[in-house]
Amino acid sequence: MANPIDIAAQATPPTIARKVRGLSDRAIAWIFVAPTIFLLLAINIFPLIWTIRLSFTNYAANKPNAEVKWVGLRNYERILTDEDIWSHMTTTAHFLIWTIFFQVLIGFTLAWLINRKFKGNDLLTTLIVLPMMLSPAVVGNFWTFLYQPQIGVVNYVVEFFTGIPAASFSMLGPGGLAPWSIVIVDTWMWTPFVMLICLAGLRSIPDYIYEAAEVDRASKWRQFWTITVPMVLPFLMLAVLFRGIENFKMFDMVNLLTGGGPGSETLLTSIDLKREAFEKWRTGYSSAYAIILFVTVFGLASIYVKALNKVKER
Amino acid sequence: MSAYSVTEPSKASKWAAGLLVTLYTIITLLPLVWIISTSFKTGPDSISYPPKVFFDPTVEGYVNLFTTRTRPAVSELEALPPPDGLMEEIARRQGTIITGPSRFGERFMNSVIIGFGSTALSIFLGTLAAYAFSRFKVPLKDDLLFFILSTRMMPPIAVAIPIYLMYRELGLSDTHLGMILLYTAVNISLAVWLLKGFIDEIPREYEEAALIDGYTRFQAFRKVVLPQAATGIASTAIFCLIFAWNEYAFAVLLTSGNAQTAPPFIPTIIGVGGQDWPAVAAGATLFLLPVMIFTILLRKHLLRGITFGAVRK
Repeated sequence: MANPIDIAAQATPPTIARKVRGLSDRAIAWIFVAPTIFLLLAINIFPLIWTIRLSFTNYAANKPNAEVKWVGLRNYERILTDEDIWSHMTTTAHFLIWTIFFQVLIGFTLAWLINRKFKGNDLLTTLIVLPMMLSPAVVGNFWTFLYQPQIGVVNYVVEFFTGIPAASFSMLGPGGLAPWSIVIVDTWMWTPFVMLICLAGLRSIPDYIYEAAEVDRASKWRQFWTITVPMVLPFLMLAVLFRGIENFKMFDMVNLLTGGGPGSETLLTSIDLKREAFEKWRTGYSSAYAIILFVTVFGLASIYVKALNKVKER
Repeated sequence: MSAYSVTEPSKASKWAAGLLVTLYTIITLLPLVWIISTSFKTGPDSISYPPKVFFDPTVEGYVNLFTTRTRPAVSELEALPPPDGLMEEIARRQGTIITGPSRFGERFMNSVIIGFGSTALSIFLGTLAAYAFSRFKVPLKDDLLFFILSTRMMPPIAVAIPIYLMYRELGLSDTHLGMILLYTAVNISLAVWLLKGFIDEIPREYEEAALIDGYTRFQAFRKVVLPQAATGIASTAIFCLIFAWNEYAFAVLLTSGNAQTAPPFIPTIIGVGGQDWPAVAAGATLFLLPVMIFTILLRKHLLRGITFGAVRK
């Protein structure tokens, strides 16, 4: 018990000593932490447990008076053997893989260029970041305007640069372009996120490492692959983790852009889940669906974090 | 870094990099510029082909955003007395008459109330918890911190089902209080993690000196730690505010008439006869501008905020 507070407390007269202590640190710690934990238990954990319970029933929220039957694992069984749901999973995976691919590619390149420290790089960085801070719903909705068939700005720009007639394709309509259109918007929005994190990584590399490499006459190409890339990798992996979790949950932007259509070409699992839960009102079934998605994202993230820690340790 | 450093990029490479990044910046800002410029177009201008870059600016979009209108028959329109005020005049020019205010103002105010309410609550609770995690030995500290973070991984729709049921039971559905509590629960993980980082950086010696001077723990927290953490608290608050401001999934599922915020409302703006894009753009512009300004204010802490404090600059 030799911390300065106790020493001070012992050295001062009893009345002051009591004042120094006031509430014990332990009591303060609990008083300070408890409200947060309580709120999270009430609004995150309790609902999660409720979801788990509902997932074993055939409950429907729009029929609160109907008899609720315990159906065991039947909801899970139905979801995991449903080919439609597997195809929505594939759609989500397509979205996830390509958005991450483009965002890493463009984001890293931008960070690498900005790290040349040219004049005005601060201002440009701030401007580039803007799209990512905006409401995905509002921006996603406006992109439907840019993507309008025939008269949309995107169609015009494509015709202008490639000569493909603007009336011959539709970004959000049938023809297979829609899954790529949502990848474009997400990449536009979130590339700055990957860029910022890569930039932090690049700036964390001390100059002396490059100086030593120069002394050893390592080529710039070699320096890039043996110094820059490995040292930025943990940062890049962190960015991928964040984007991966976010895009697995993706709902707002895509819901407003395509609503899952045309057909079910862009029906990501979150959007499908919303339909099941709040349009078809299959509450029990969609609770099981939600649990499956949550376990998937949690499991994948945990495995990934282990890999990330290994890379960091190197 | 000295001018002769071997690691300093050459002049030519700086130029090339600057040029490429400027090019990217211009392309990436075009959609935003297009939103703002569309908000000043007339309906026909907004959907003309080829798209109009130059046009006569008008505030029709903004007038339409804040009003509801009807389109009477031409003869009826001509029989009306001369327009009363600028808004009416602009509506008449489109062949419509104003019948009343739209709900945009209300929705915008809901966004303000819910945004600021949940931010204040997240910061209040978050600062207390962050201080405790930073300074005291809390049992199971790492587990609790991870638990707080993991609540952010849940897909919003997954939590929305039971919250919808729970709120229905408690009478919280479609209320400001319900949304404030919900957004606080989502934001608190960010607030705790960020604020813990900021408080960790304040030397403990300051408080210990205050304690020796006879302050209680609580006074030391209030008079020494809080002022020191002010910048951190402010930037955390802006992040919480931006999240609550932008949130859509919970808002669209849990609110309808009373507490609906702007993001679910803006896409539903429909004019007289078809989607009124200038009005949608006007709503988007008014809604996005505050965030753009805050982002510029935040730029120093941006990285920290978006990575939950995992990356500090």
